[in-house]
Amino acid sequence: MTIAKALRLAIAEEMRRDPTVICIGEDIGIPGGWGGAFTVTWGLEREFGLERIRNTPISEAGLIGAAIGAALTGLRPIADFQYSDFMFCAADQLINQAPKLCFMSGGRVRVPLVVRAPVGASTRGAQHAQCPEAWIVHTPGWKVAVPSTPYDAKGLLKAAVRDDNPVFIFEHKLLYGSGGARKEDNAVGVDEPVPDGDFVVPFGAAAIRRPGRHVTVVATHLMIYRSLQAAEELAQEGIELEVIDPRTLVPFDYDTVCESLGRTGRLMVVEEDTRRGGWGAEIVAEMVENHGDLLNAPPARVATYDAPVAASPVMERFVVPSAARIAAAARTMVSA
Amino acid sequence: MTDFFQIDRPPAPLPDRDTALHLYRTMRRIREFEDRVFAYFQAGRIPGTVHQCQGQEAPPAGVCAHLRRTDYITGTHRPHGHAIAKGVPLTEMAAELFGSPLGCCRGHGGSMHMGNPEYGMPPASAIVAGGVPIAAGMGLGCRMLRPGAVVACFFGDGAFNNGAFHEGANLCAIWDLPVVLVCENNLYGASTHVTLVNKIPRLAERAASYGVPAETVDGNDVFAVHEAAGRAVERARGGDGPTFLECITYRRCGHSRRDQNKYRDQREEQFWMARDPLDLARTRLLQAGVAAQDELAAIDSAAAREAQEALDYGEHAPQPEGPEALGHVFCEESP
Repeated sequence: MTIAKALRLAIAEEMRRDPTVICIGEDIGIPGGWGGAFTVTWGLEREFGLERIRNTPISEAGLIGAAIGAALTGLRPIADFQYSDFMFCAADQLINQAPKLCFMSGGRVRVPLVVRAPVGASTRGAQHAQCPEAWIVHTPGWKVAVPSTPYDAKGLLKAAVRDDNPVFIFEHKLLYGSGGARKEDNAVGVDEPVPDGDFVVPFGAAAIRRPGRHVTVVATHLMIYRSLQAAEELAQEGIELEVIDPRTLVPFDYDTVCESLGRTGRLMVVEEDTRRGGWGAEIVAEMVENHGDLLNAPPARVATYDAPVAASPVMERFVVPSAARIAAAARTMVSA
Repeated sequence: MTDFFQIDRPPAPLPDRDTALHLYRTMRRIREFEDRVFAYFQAGRIPGTVHQCQGQEAPPAGVCAHLRRTDYITGTHRPHGHAIAKGVPLTEMAAELFGSPLGCCRGHGGSMHMGNPEYGMPPASAIVAGGVPIAAGMGLGCRMLRPGAVVACFFGDGAFNNGAFHEGANLCAIWDLPVVLVCENNLYGASTHVTLVNKIPRLAERAASYGVPAETVDGNDVFAVHEAAGRAVERARGGDGPTFLECITYRRCGHSRRDQNKYRDQREEQFWMARDPLDLARTRLLQAGVAAQDELAAIDSAAAREAQEALDYGEHAPQPEGPEALGHVFCEESP
């Protein structure tokens, strides 16, 4: 099962389980349409109807505000951005409203809101390429999930729907496995069996995607697969990467990273966001500040270079971390 | 300038006696509370900032008189009148102004985020127009979960040129949501006059372009607001969708804190100062023989007493411990 299908299954199961769950977003619930930009909600209107699979105008502040208001009155909306870049159109609702209402009410209101947003460079140019997780990670009041496998996509989305707080789920365009007209040229085929029925992936529990002795690599989304590719290559040279998928950035599972560092003594973060002020910088700072005794070498950051992402595929490949860049950084660390 | 904003329609008929007195009482409770808050603030007894609504009591009083506790409102950065009219106790509001854990937002909200969902008012949004899309979503929630419940969304003339207003208003319209869009047009966005920033300053004309009924009323005449709001709330309850209600009104106070309104035209100010909504209502009630002088005086003194007791309560309510600042970031946490 692909990630797009796993997300769709999670939404359908949650909507069957709980009649207050609704979807709200652009180009959803349109017969003959795509089911959002990447097919996640495709066909759901046939089972759930257009009241619960609610299509909106191209009106991001409107749709997120409406999702917040719906959450305040007892619905559990799953709101859908076509591209995460568009979330900035709704910045007031995402920064000033959703994550502050519970707080400003002294805990008297709850905002059980899920926001889904696709990230990642995919040769569409600078306004359809960003990985804006850090903007949300920085804002108190949000939980942030970053699924990179179909199993996690289903389990994290189900956990998000059941959470009484605002939860942002960032999904990667090249990992969806979207088909038909929405197929991505450079997609990474992530297809695995996903159990039917109820399970959740708890927040704040990282997964070790590959064990290793020499470098702890913390990566999300596409960067996990590139790190695994680098690890494959380095294994032939006797260098072992331990690849950790945090699965959620807020809350963040520092314990698993610390345990891993106890084995490796070396920390590398790999992120597709631009490097300056990224979430990776926060992880490095936390480790240096509070767990410096576990580090035998200065931590390394591998990230997209600090520029908007160019449309040219050649230039895009240059700025976004590749398996070769990750491998080179690891070699430097280990040989230092 | 003053002529432009005069509403050319006959005075609204008075509602029944109980309702008429309720409207007067609500406005008086707001005024007495706000006047005391002003005095306390000027004396340095209340921290922070405060945006007050003296002169603008009629829209919240007139609209909220039609609402039930299970209906909702959204307030603005000038929310004290909204909260009082929706039923939030003055004691909780005063305690909130002093930053106490006994406040309606446990000291986490303050003046600009006044509200208590127990009375159908989530924390007011202090971002101009920010509450409009939220009100649309609350309207959706009402329709899906509690048919018959409605939302009154308060905002000022300043919101009308912000995209969030238009996005929210459009959603209310296309989805036929049970929302009353209440524009408190007090002629100024902070210090900027409404004619400087609107080619068509009669905002109801522009709102009508969303395909919703839109009307302008004298927002200093609580009976006119009440009558028009009655039609709007009835439409919303009956599933006939939103209404835009423009209430032309005027601040008798500054925009915030120590603002002295030096940007206002003298003649305009005189015109409006002579149209105090409380005086207008009082005159109307006496002339129509609905109430006697002493009845209104009793309402006035009860409101004054209630407001003073609330401020006393708030000022002496316990202050929080600093670490309470870290509570309620997520809803399962509490300090």
